[in-house]
Amino acid sequence: MTLVLEQIFNGLQLGFVYALIALGYTMVYGIIRLINFAHGDVFMVGAYLGVLGYTAWGLPFPLAIVVAMVLCAVLGVSIERVAYRPLRYAPRIAALISAIGVSLFLEYFCSLKFVFGPNYRVVSRPFEVVNFTVGGANLSNIQIVVAVVVVVLLALLQYMLFHTKVGKAMRAVSYDHDAARLMGINVDSIISVTFAIGSALAAAGGVLYAVAYPRIWPFLGIMPGLKAFTAAVLGGIGIVPGAVLGAIIMGQVDVLSAAFISSQFRDAIAFSVLILVLLVRPTGVLGSRQPEKV
Amino acid sequence: MGGTIRLGRGKRWLEHPWLFPVVALVFYLVVRFLASGGFINDYWQLVLDQSLIITIGSLGLSLIYGFCGQFSLGHAAFYGIGAYTAGLIGKLYGHGNLAWFVLALLLGAVAAGLVALLVGLPILRLRSDYLGIATLGFGIIVKVLMDNSNKLIPATGGATGMTGTPRIANFTWIFAVAVLVILLVRNLVSSRYGRAWVAIREDEVAADAMGINTTRYKTIAFAVGCALAGLAGGLYAHRYPFVHPSSFDFLKSIDFLIVVVLGGLGSFSGTIATAIAWVFLLEGLRGVLGQAFVDWRGVVYALILVVVIILRPRGLLGGREWGALVPRLSLLGEPFAGKEEHRARVGG
Repeated sequence: MTLVLEQIFNGLQLGFVYALIALGYTMVYGIIRLINFAHGDVFMVGAYLGVLGYTAWGLPFPLAIVVAMVLCAVLGVSIERVAYRPLRYAPRIAALISAIGVSLFLEYFCSLKFVFGPNYRVVSRPFEVVNFTVGGANLSNIQIVVAVVVVVLLALLQYMLFHTKVGKAMRAVSYDHDAARLMGINVDSIISVTFAIGSALAAAGGVLYAVAYPRIWPFLGIMPGLKAFTAAVLGGIGIVPGAVLGAIIMGQVDVLSAAFISSQFRDAIAFSVLILVLLVRPTGVLGSRQPEKV
Repeated sequence: MGGTIRLGRGKRWLEHPWLFPVVALVFYLVVRFLASGGFINDYWQLVLDQSLIITIGSLGLSLIYGFCGQFSLGHAAFYGIGAYTAGLIGKLYGHGNLAWFVLALLLGAVAAGLVALLVGLPILRLRSDYLGIATLGFGIIVKVLMDNSNKLIPATGGATGMTGTPRIANFTWIFAVAVLVILLVRNLVSSRYGRAWVAIREDEVAADAMGINTTRYKTIAFAVGCALAGLAGGLYAHRYPFVHPSSFDFLKSIDFLIVVVLGGLGSFSGTIATAIAWVFLLEGLRGVLGQAFVDWRGVVYALILVVVIILRPRGLLGGREWGALVPRLSLLGEPFAGKEEHRARVGG
């Protein structure tokens, strides 16, 4: 039982990180219907920048997170400007291919020797690991830090989406671009804001991931990116609470299947769950059935 | 083949129906001549064979996505199923026997097609991006199963890869299969199946209302397309010394998707041209960039991809066909035109 509780803590830690990535996927999808394949790589860049922040640049840990978030927000906005905006009214698949191109670009560019280098890098943690005992199970201070940071960011996001003008504009744009434009909303800048917020959240996720699993390399973003995207789909893509719910389910499935079934089959189990859920609820757990357009 | 009415505004002789077999034959003879004269070394022969194999697999995805509009991000899984099935048969029973080789290729294609049928029946109910994610998930599951396949069948080698399949798929075999597949795809696309697929791609609800059994035709497109991927996989297993699960992962599926989209959705001549050009571009970069810049290969590849898609968002051929490959006036119109833009604006 203690072992189960301990694995649930581990699953929550992973699920919280997935949630930060999944939010970016779901917000971008909600607003421009694009699977932003480059998002997992923004997460990777965030991990590197955060680690550089508290090691090479000597910043205190909270400031390192903020710096990584700001830099990745700039990166996300630039990606949208250069690679997605010219394709806004092209067939949707064109933007998807462009996103794949950006994803490969970030991976290979970061692998260059004068950037981050192609190899695994074991990173040091910004603080000592301390273990507490809760109900007989180990709970580390890393898990507490991850949980606190994620909850604070989620609360900020929720406040921004529902209690500020920008949030209202984002919801309007995601509902209907043309109507929003007619109401005087600058759709282009709202899309930029969405990319900035999504990328900043992914960067925070990246730093926490690097602290929790201290081994990073330029292809780090692929699997967590796919899992987080899957989580967003699982919860109902385009729906913010759905992304968090899906991410927590995904984290638990991931960790529990690795711990109690087989670590080699964990990816297979996670994606089997996805397919089964989609067969029962084709638009995700919290998704609504869209009426068919004729 | 060949009615009197023909599409196209280009030169008449470029669209003559005899041009395709003539070009194919000339191409084959030139390659054989150059190879026997030593002008094509083993490496470039390998690249050429690979490009033909990718062409066969991409034509499969072209049927599924380009013509029938069913988004698949797991095509490499079926390529892998074909490679492992055919490769195992060749390794365990074939030992270089030609009859076994043909049987292995067929069984590889059948295995991929059957799995596609079983998987497709439930998941093809999903629409657009959800279907893409479900197929992506399926691809990852298949990759994990390949990694662990040695627990059930030791001969597959699991995560260390499989060796020992006889290397008897030479250029002649691969070329012959590629030509047959091109003719098959050409005929399918302009048959009643092709018309039903295009109708489903343009508007599934309307196609249903016109009496097309959409589930049936979608499943057929998926099974046939995946069987072609399996066939390509069988050739791959008999051409290369090594079959490894990482050759059939998510990135490989992306490769097939890039080829089909860059070629122009709903244009199989575009798919053929892009498949060959893409494989040669990838290998050509190695030579052009030189040893000092070989690290830059991925960066340049990614940049080319982004620039090409921004300049040609509807693909290189954008839904047009080479006239010599179109048997009669068919409805290969501008794919996705109205519907997608409508959705991007209103739904977006």
